[in-house]
Amino acid sequence: MSSLLKAPLVEAPVVEAPVLEAVDLEAGYGQTKVLHGIGFAVQAGGVTALLGANGAGKTTTLRALCGMIRTSGQIRFAGERIEGRATEEIARRGIAHVPDGRGTFLELTVEENLRLGAYMRRGAGIAADLERIFGYFPRLRERLRQQAGTLSGGEQQMLAIARALLLRPKLLLLDEPSFGLAPLVVQELFGIVARINRDEGVAILLVEQNVGLALAVADHACLLETGRIVAAGLAGEIGRDASVRRSYLGY
Amino acid sequence: MDALLHQLLSGLATGGIYASLSLALVMIYQATHHVNFAQGEMATFSTYIALTLIEAGVPYWLAFVATVVVSFVLGLLIQRVIMRPMEQAPALASVGVFVGLLLVFNSVTGWIWSYTIKSFPSPFEGGRPLLGGFISPHELGSTGVTLLVLGAVYLFFRHTRLGLAMRAAAFNPVSSRLVGIRVGWMLALGWGLAAAIGAVAGMMVAPVVFLDPNMMLGVLIYAFAGALLGGITNPAGAVLGGFAVGVIENIGGAYLVGTELKLTLALLIIVAVLVVRPAGLLGRAVASRV
Amino acid sequence: MSVSSSLAATSARARPGWRAVLLALGAAAAVLPAFLLSDYRLFQLTTVGIYAIALLGLNVVTGYNGQISLGHGAFYALGAYVGAILMADYDVPYWATLPAAALVCAGVGYAVGLPALRLGGLYLALTTFALAVAVPQILKYRGLEGWTGGVQGIVISKPDPPAGLKLSPDQWLYLFTLGVAALAFLLVWNLLRGRIGRAILAIRDHPVAAEAMGVPLARFKTRIFAVSAMLTGVAGALGAIAVEFVAPDSFSFQLSITLFVGLIVGGVASLGGAVCGAAFIVFVPNIADQVSKAAPGAVYGVILIAFLYLMPDGIAGLAARLARRAGFD
Repeated sequence: MSSLLKAPLVEAPVVEAPVLEAVDLEAGYGQTKVLHGIGFAVQAGGVTALLGANGAGKTTTLRALCGMIRTSGQIRFAGERIEGRATEEIARRGIAHVPDGRGTFLELTVEENLRLGAYMRRGAGIAADLERIFGYFPRLRERLRQQAGTLSGGEQQMLAIARALLLRPKLLLLDEPSFGLAPLVVQELFGIVARINRDEGVAILLVEQNVGLALAVADHACLLETGRIVAAGLAGEIGRDASVRRSYLGY
Repeated sequence: MDALLHQLLSGLATGGIYASLSLALVMIYQATHHVNFAQGEMATFSTYIALTLIEAGVPYWLAFVATVVVSFVLGLLIQRVIMRPMEQAPALASVGVFVGLLLVFNSVTGWIWSYTIKSFPSPFEGGRPLLGGFISPHELGSTGVTLLVLGAVYLFFRHTRLGLAMRAAAFNPVSSRLVGIRVGWMLALGWGLAAAIGAVAGMMVAPVVFLDPNMMLGVLIYAFAGALLGGITNPAGAVLGGFAVGVIENIGGAYLVGTELKLTLALLIIVAVLVVRPAGLLGRAVASRV
Repeated sequence: MSVSSSLAATSARARPGWRAVLLALGAAAAVLPAFLLSDYRLFQLTTVGIYAIALLGLNVVTGYNGQISLGHGAFYALGAYVGAILMADYDVPYWATLPAAALVCAGVGYAVGLPALRLGGLYLALTTFALAVAVPQILKYRGLEGWTGGVQGIVISKPDPPAGLKLSPDQWLYLFTLGVAALAFLLVWNLLRGRIGRAILAIRDHPVAAEAMGVPLARFKTRIFAVSAMLTGVAGALGAIAVEFVAPDSFSFQLSITLFVGLIVGGVASLGGAVCGAAFIVFVPNIADQVSKAAPGAVYGVILIAFLYLMPDGIAGLAARLARRAGFD
């Protein structure tokens, strides 16, 4: 589906309605405004990378989408306006957010963490989903009874994504999944992420500092600089764009 | 030796009551990081409700269940109405609100039902002391009820979906919201459950110490000591601590300090635990890797 | 109360003018009642003075320094009993019992302050609450009966005014209390301005930062506890003289709760708040009794909760805000 779109996001009208669309989104913490009216979209089943240097507002964007901070502007998800709604209501509508720091329930076991991912669902299909997820993350099956806090960083990241998948989301928000992980682990992780997107058809909004990895797995990308979108388009084009280099390296 | 065994069993019986209240305290502490100073007064209030029902002719166990339900609802309402705005408040403000609740409950109880000491029936009375004379029917019965309640709470939290959600909301409210858990209502449920447990504790202790508005104040202190001794972050620890304090109180009161200084003993336990090992016997730092 | 605004409140010396006038007027107004009011009313005002000193102590440790004490009634009781025992058993003159009570309470306060260091806000509140509940039991303990007089307590009598002054004992006691209160307030006011005051507030608001900047947390916190206990203990000794009697049941946990309510309602971290709170404690129960004959405690509780939600910096805080808006700064 996403391969049908050749035009950059910002300019041409898209063939099908995006699963997520933000228009003129502003957000901040207390008195400080971090996002100054940004707009972007994620296609159904597509992967959009949100790039930017530290402090550009990437994590803030994800938090804004989930109603974790106060926002103004519009957020449309699967045809519905969700700005201003409570976080748990947004989660119930099908957005799964894997926050920075993973958000693992450290005191609970791996199994309990997974059960929480399926909290909103009623029995049907959970077992089948679990099997599929263990297919992506076999190591989790081995560690079911272990306390989640004792897992390695990479395993916790896998657990976090697995938990998010159990929500059967339409949109997956990934906040810096590579953070603090060894390169080999990151490679493995991103391979799995690409597979998930392909096989499950889940749209993904990916916030990543690692530009190369992000653009390898994404089909669209936006560049955020101090709360404003300064470039947007197909992943390949953004990768070649000088503004990305300037944003991260300053020259 | 006989006397010691009697003191031990007696201590376990009262310990069960302390354990129940300790559990209630720890449940609220885990979810909100606040200690409900008014837990005892709420339990006393519930016990008086039970007495009113019983005196109106309601059969004991029916009154028991009704009181537990009413207490649950009351606890839930208090969290939703009074405690919610205080969730983010500084320590002094939240402690103050709890103290205020304590005053209100204590005073309203005395206002409605007067300060004269009343007797409260036990469903277990009648008959000779059991187990060779070491334990009274009420002590045995109340221990049984306490263990039943604690067991039910354990099963609820470990093996039900809602119990898991409540634990999750207590540990990590942000992540809980991200999986769709309505954290606010989980807190309210926790308060309701704590109030219900407190009501049971009140109804079990009232036949022994007689009912008056200040009945649970001392019990609350023992429950604090138990929760701290066992580990205020660990429900199992709190329960164990409660039982332990019951035994220590009884044996200490009989052989060491005399019954007059039992509360001081509780105070000493509290100070000793907080100075020597603040996490308590079973509380442990949760292992986590970043 | 922020560091800067409380500094402004306490550095009155930097701004002569209307503040000095107000103080002078206040001093005159404080002395006058001795000659105008009935003995009973005077006794009430004396009680206000005594509670003001007690609240000053509580405010220093909880309001300014952030260490929550729900058990200050214990220090009040200690000071009261020290004073009563000295007067009844050792014929110590009344005015000498105050320094004695001060010394004993300061020592005990320091000793309490040491383990208190390990306890964060909540645990300290819990422990001091347990202390408050345990106090009557300790006072009734038969092993100490030789000292404490057991359940019956100790009876003492109000002092006569010094030779030559044509005052009634109540009048003299009022003026004496006024003098002690003035001394106490002066002491605290002096303590709180300058570096020490800033350090105390910094410990309350940003303990980690304060420590990083070199404030010796442990030393300060224990000494603050000692000072606080000393003040409340002196109030207790005065209270014993005023009531002419000490007994265990006068010092139940209700006393500690009452002091706590007075602290919040009067205004934390405010010298004026101690006076407002004291006035509240003494006069409001009468009003509360009229509002609800049988549940005055509930009125207290509701007022406490209402203040925490609506007026967290108390009456004194409200007055300060109004004064600032009216241009007095």
